[in-house]
Amino acid sequence: MEQFGEPMIRMPSHAKKGSVIEIRSLIVDPMITGLVKNKAGIIPRADFIQSVTITFNDRVLTTAEWGTSVSANPYLAIKMRAETSGTLKMIWRDNRGRQWSTKAKLKVS
Amino acid sequence: MGNHTNKRREFLMTSLKMGVGLAVGSLGVFVPKKADAAIKNVPGWPAATFGKKTFHAAMVSAIGESDVAVSKKIHVSAPTIAENGGAVPVSVVVDWPMTESDYIEAVYLFVEHNPLPLTSEYHFTPANGVAYLAERIKMAKTDYIHVIAKTNTGKLMASVPRKVKVTIGGCGG
Repeated sequence: MEQFGEPMIRMPSHAKKGSVIEIRSLIVDPMITGLVKNKAGIIPRADFIQSVTITFNDRVLTTAEWGTSVSANPYLAIKMRAETSGTLKMIWRDNRGRQWSTKAKLKVS
Repeated sequence: MGNHTNKRREFLMTSLKMGVGLAVGSLGVFVPKKADAAIKNVPGWPAATFGKKTFHAAMVSAIGESDVAVSKKIHVSAPTIAENGGAVPVSVVVDWPMTESDYIEAVYLFVEHNPLPLTSEYHFTPANGVAYLAERIKMAKTDYIHVIAKTNTGKLMASVPRKVKVTIGGCGG
């Protein structure tokens, strides 16, 4: 049975104003291409995450569009300049209408 | 004796019902699963670009041209030899200021001979501070990774193609 979800963000909880921090994320997803046979010998239909939206205090920071050649259980890291304290939110959406999201807080001093 | 036969009959009937129930049950599981499988692309996801089967076509579809000058400002890190083509770690940094008036707006990653060459595209904002990304991609065979960066004013830059030797292809899954 394929596993999905369990989104995760790893980033510093505190940062100095003006410094650039790294935001790392992980989510469980099979990222099925729909091009090759599985172990049962059938070609399953494509089932993969197509978009990732990253916002900070509800303002879009970065968006990603993914094809099927992003690896299973996609890892994504980006960077952000720490200007104000707030909440970082990530939303992952797949080609079957599923979506997952998670948040992380940052304190800037 | 009669009682015994009845019990036996009951047992047979029950198992028969259960059998039918099971069959219907598995059918019941099967049908919604099929309905669930409907493909619903995320609105705005560039399906045509991701569907292009050659590097040239994917590049034209993504950025409008296929001849982009190589710039040393794009740094691509990837292993020289990847044992598992199913998960090749790649990171990209574009050496460019990220100010409100001048920043890297988009980064595209292609694998030249993958069945679908465009792997991913990223859109950045000045708040990123630096145009950086790290991810893991699938590579079908020994091949070149090409990264294209686009500034907010439309200037295009290409990375030096980054060769990765793949010992086991990454088409699985």
